[in-house]
Parts: sequence; structure tokens; C-alpha cells
Amino acid sequence: MGYDPANPMADRITDIGPPHYSKFHPPVVAKNKGKWLWHEITQPGVLVHKAESGDECWTVRVGAARLISTELIYEMCDIADAHCDGFLRFTTRNNVEFMVDDKAKVQPLLDDLASRGNKFPVGGTGAGVTNIVHTQGWVHCHTPATDASGVVKAVMDELFDYFTSMKLPAQVRIALACCLNMCGAVHASDIAILGVHRKPPMIDHSRITGVCELPLAISACPLGAVKPAKATVDGKEIKTVKVNNERCMFCGNCYTMCPAMPLADPDGDGIAILVGGKVSNARSAPKFSKLVIPFLPNTPPRWPETVAAVKNILETYAGDAKKYERIGEWAERIGWEKFFEKCNIPFTIKSVDDYRLAYDTWRTTTQFKYTNAIK
Amino acid sequence: MAKHDTPLLDELEKGPWPSFVTDIKRQAEKNPDCWDILGQVELSYKDKITHWKHGGIVGVFGYGGGIVGRYSDVPAQFPGVEHFHTVRVNQPASKYYSTENLRALMALWDKHGSGMTNMHGSTGDIILLGCRTEALEPFFYDLTHEMGQDLGGSGSNLRTPANCLGQSRCEWACYDTEEACHHLTMHYQDEIHRPAFPYKFKFKFSGCANDCVAALARSDFAVIGTWRDNIRIDQAAVKEYIAGNIASNGGAHSGKDWGAFDIQKEVINLCPTECMWMEGDELKIDDSECTRCMHCINVMPRALRPGAEQGASICMGAKAPILDGAQFATLIIPFIKVSADNEFENVIEIIENVWDWWMEVGKNRERVGETMQRVGLPTFIKVMGLDPIPQHVKEPRSNPYVFWDEEEVEGGFERDVDEFRARHAA
Repeated sequence: MGYDPANPMADRITDIGPPHYSKFHPPVVAKNKGKWLWHEITQPGVLVHKAESGDECWTVRVGAARLISTELIYEMCDIADAHCDGFLRFTTRNNVEFMVDDKAKVQPLLDDLASRGNKFPVGGTGAGVTNIVHTQGWVHCHTPATDASGVVKAVMDELFDYFTSMKLPAQVRIALACCLNMCGAVHASDIAILGVHRKPPMIDHSRITGVCELPLAISACPLGAVKPAKATVDGKEIKTVKVNNERCMFCGNCYTMCPAMPLADPDGDGIAILVGGKVSNARSAPKFSKLVIPFLPNTPPRWPETVAAVKNILETYAGDAKKYERIGEWAERIGWEKFFEKCNIPFTIKSVDDYRLAYDTWRTTTQFKYTNAIK
Repeated sequence: MAKHDTPLLDELEKGPWPSFVTDIKRQAEKNPDCWDILGQVELSYKDKITHWKHGGIVGVFGYGGGIVGRYSDVPAQFPGVEHFHTVRVNQPASKYYSTENLRALMALWDKHGSGMTNMHGSTGDIILLGCRTEALEPFFYDLTHEMGQDLGGSGSNLRTPANCLGQSRCEWACYDTEEACHHLTMHYQDEIHRPAFPYKFKFKFSGCANDCVAALARSDFAVIGTWRDNIRIDQAAVKEYIAGNIASNGGAHSGKDWGAFDIQKEVINLCPTECMWMEGDELKIDDSECTRCMHCINVMPRALRPGAEQGASICMGAKAPILDGAQFATLIIPFIKVSADNEFENVIEIIENVWDWWMEVGKNRERVGETMQRVGLPTFIKVMGLDPIPQHVKEPRSNPYVFWDEEEVEGGFERDVDEFRARHAA
């Protein structure tokens, strides 16, 4: 018996939640949970965790596109069945981890992965670039200002060497969100790639009455740019809204609330780059990413401007920062004015905050560094 | 046989990083609907704009969350993606899987859906990408009956909680993040599946201040492991690090020659509180000055361990920028025991205190961090029934605009202006 559309509530099961995690722990993990002593990265992408019992858990981390097929997942299962007692896990950055309980099992696993073309690149550990966390983009979202999987593929192709090695001053976390909703939470990443709109919403007067609650659309605007208005549709006066374009910051929240206010546009949309965020509390407090490039155009299929901008920032940092320094810590040590100079990024008025609490970011000291910005 | 020409997407089959385009093409050999995913994305690459319609309310009976509706705006060209709803399946804590479970789940998805997935969504769920409306109920029936698995959250509800892998494979976790996440997920099934909040609400559980699940940046309710006694030091291992016999930072810097390990430069001088020093060849720590940032432990994992009296800090109110700008979570409870022994009763009590208040005063689409901003931290601290302590702020206020209550001021606020004028001419 399966689902019976004639009797949809029959045998209904709800609210059972996820399976208990303990059913999926590899045996060495189940045995030593809570009793791990230390870990080491023995080569890029390979970790060993040592337990009080003397047991070792060897982990091989591989990168993956976040958008993956069941076919690829079956292949991952084949690998886990052949080498890992039938267990695997995914990381918070969309890598896959294969675990074995003996050092001798590592090389056969690595050889197997390598034999499968470029499907399972090993890396993403330590002082390198790990997988880019990202959102849906044009593959599945209704509000994106850019694609996600494609931009990430283009950037990771270029940064591949930093995924498979650990030669940076510290880990570099890159994230991409295809609009300001930031499902990908790029607001605290070392390098953030952010899809942005630059045109105010259009108003589809012929549809707005049917698909929107006008008070919600009006209150959705954080800057009060959306106001009640009247328009004539098919000779009849209807209630609608108008937008004060000067106040619009293109956040798209009105569109989220009201499908009759689309703002996406082939020329208006593109990518902003933010830099210097981090989540970890190590040494310095968590930091937000800061906007350093306000706009780069959408240039599918390989987004060369975005790829070049990310690589330039990464490599300038790699050549200048001290061991352990995250990008934001480096930028704060040298000063953001030096960051722009060293990265050869033109500073524009768009990087001067004029939103709420902006004053906190204005310079209120005579301490500054002379850079080429001072003529 | 390719159903659509995809010259732009084909460019993304080049290069060393795994290609989602190659992968979708492989899937399309089994499920020809996947050609239409490629076809529509190719059109987006040409038009430089999305071809998905706004929203679409779909779901399974009795649930208000777990399915996100999505329809193509060019269905005649790409009928395979005419309906392309997202199914959010609640992931097991830490995202470990048996291949048996994963194969069965994927077989179910091949049966009912497109065969494309996101492993995983940013909040943590297993995202199954692309399902026709009529397949949603049959999928849900099979998911619950055959797999014993359930949907996650979407909409204005408790979103699927997530955790770092914690004690399962990490020596630093200060409480059992997996058990906390699983227990609270089970405890709050109703809140996950039936939206009743002003907006989304996220729990995240990190085992230590390195915060691998980004709780401090991304969750309304962040439980971040910490300790309150002394860092445990193995002086013999300290000597091994100094002698260069153990790689610093767990070997994370092995790709470049940074020179010999220098404990003064790499550990002591980078300590944000300057609470460490060497006495001879022994490392000393003044733990009363330590803020438990994790740097020294990260650099010398074999020599230093978190203290033994472990628990968590609870921080609240993080969110991405929409609407009022990004916020990190604010430290509300500096230290609390987090234990399955009492079924996380003390954590649950705090959660429900926040919810009771936020559900009453929160505006439509206002994250709790925004409500906290709107009413102010002093009001929030009172709501939580807490005493204000210096740990709640980075620094005290620098403006003098203090709100005094009438009862706090001698004689109250009511005064007689005639009596005032009798003594002070206008």
C-alpha cells in the first residue's frame, strides 16, 4: 500500500522528526564519542583524530558541488561501502567526509577517489580555501540577482590549487548569496560574493490587487519608499502602490512580500564583493564582511570579473598577511586604507556607509596612513 | 541524447572543480526531466535573469512548512520543470549517513522527484530539488512510512535546528551538540511544521567558540560550548611543540614554510588577553583573564584542552541583513550547563521565555534580533528575568539619556507648576 489520494489522511504519520544520529555513526565514532584527545591534518584533505582508547579515525574530505544528483550520491555510497563500513557524512560547507579506522585504509581510499576523474577532489582543510557555501541562484530561486552554482564553479576552478593545499596564512571562507536575503549567510565570510539588484521594483498594476496585500507591501520597505497610490487599469481606478526611487536601496523585500513588484534586470543585476568577515571567536571577535567592490556585472557563463576580483584579494592577502591572520584581521592591522591600496581596488563613495549606525564606521581620529588615495 | 543545446553551460564542464552541469547531464540520462533544468538555466544564462515565478503555496496536509513552492515562468518550453518544488527533509544531526539510509532516500527521490538535490541547504536540511505538486503527498507518505523520516521547516516557524559534529569527532566540544540538537528537534516538532511565529526562528548548536556551524552569525538562538575552569595543560606536549616534534595548528599550515614554531610569537603574543607566559619551559596561563577564544588550543591541540567544567554560552538574535542590517547574536546567558540528564530542561525554559514574549510583541516578519533592537537590550534583559551584568555589553553606554521610571525618582514625576512659578518667575 502507498498513498491513497481518495483517502489522504489514512495511516498518516506526522512529526516523527529525523532519524537518531547514532544510527549513522561509523563504528569508530560511536565507540569514541566524547573521548577524542587531539587531531592533526596529515596532508591536505586528510585528518586523523586520536581517541583516549588509542583508536584513530582517519577522515578524507572531498569537495562537491552543492547541487548534486542522486547518481553522484549513489557513487559516494559505493565508495563508502567499499572503504568506510557504509558510512559517510557531509560538512557544514558541503564537503563530503569519508572516514576509516586505520591509516592503512587511507591510501586505497585516496586512490579510489582519484580514479574517478575530477568528481572527488581531496582538500578543504586547514590554511586553505574550503568549499564555497552558496545559495540557489538561477537554478531554483525567484529573487536572485545572479546565479550561484555557476559563479561558484568558475571561482573554484580558479582557486582549485588553494583547495588542495594549505599555503595561506589562515583558512579563507568564501560564501556566495545570490541576493540580499543571504540564505547563504555571506555576512560573516572572509570573502563574500553577493548578488545585488540596482533598479527599483516595477509595479504590475494589473496584477497587484490580486496577488498582494498592499499594507504588507508598504510595510515591507525598511526605508518607507513604498507608498499607497492609485492607478487606472482597464478604465477602472484601482488601489496600488508607488515607489520613491530615491529612497530605494534595492533590497527586494517588497518583491518578497508582493510578486507584483519585480526588480530583477539583466543590466541592473550583478555582484558585489565583501571582505573580512569571520564567525570564529579565535583571537578577535566575529566580524561582519565589509563591502569593497559595489558592483561587478553578470557575465555568464564564467563571470571573469568576479573570479579575478576574488583571486586578486585572496592572493594579495596570501602574500602580505602573517601566519594565523584571517583576511579581516589582516585588513584591520594594516588599515582598510592600505587594504584598498594593496589590492589595487578603487575606493568609491559606495563603500562609505550611509545606512543605520553608519557613524560607527566613520573615522574619528587623526590616525590614518598615507596611501595613493591622498593626492 | 541532449534535449536542449546548452553552449553556455557547457563552458562550466571545463576546469578541475566538480561540475554540476556534467552531473545534471548524467542524471538526465536517467530522468529526462533534468534536461529541462539545464534548458531553463541556459536560458537564464542568456537572458541574465531568473525564470522562476514568485512563490506558490504548496505543502502536505497538516504541515505549514517543509515544502517550498516553485514554478517555471516558461513551462511550455521546459515542461519538466513546470512544477519544481523544494522538499526540505530534516537531516540527521551532524549529517552522518549510512549508505543504506542514503541510498533508500535517493531511491525515493528518484521515484517521486527530479533526482537533483542540494546536500545540504544553508540551514542544514537535505534539500530535494524539483517535485511536481501531485507527487508531494505520495513522497511524504513514503518518506514517513518507508524511511521513518520527516520534513524540515520553512516559513515563519522554527527552522530545522543544526549542529556542529561536536563530541562525535571533535576533542573541543564542550557539550553534546548532537544530542541537544536532536532532542530539541524532537521536542519542537509542532513548531517546526506549523508556522506560528512572527518570522523564522533558528537554533544552532556549536561545541566551542570556533563555531563551525556559524551559530553566532546565523541563529536566533545560539548555544555555543565553553568552560568555566582552567585550560588543561600537558606540559610534556608543550615541550614537544617547542622542540618541533609536533606540527603546530594540527598541521594546518604545512603547505608553506613559515619557519620553526615559535610559542612566544604564535601563541603567547596572539593571545587577545595577554594572559599567558613561559616560566622556564613551562607554559603558564592566568585563567581568570582568559576569554576562551580558542586560539592557543587551536594551535597546540595536543598540549591544551578546554577546561573540565563545561557548558555553553547562549547568544540570541543573529540574522543576515534583511531587513534592518546584519546582526551577530548578543550574549545573554554567559554560562549554562547543557545536559541530556535533565532533558535540556533549563535550555527549554529559556527558549519558551523568549518565544512567549516574541510571539506577543514581534511584528510580522521581524526576527527576534530586530525585536530586541526595537525594544532595547535593557527591556529584553528584564523580559528574560535576568540581572544585567557587564558581560551583556562590550562597553557601557556613552550617552546619558537614561530612562528613569517614575517610581525610581524621589517624589515621582507629578509636580505643581503654580507652586514652581511662585518661586521662579517666568
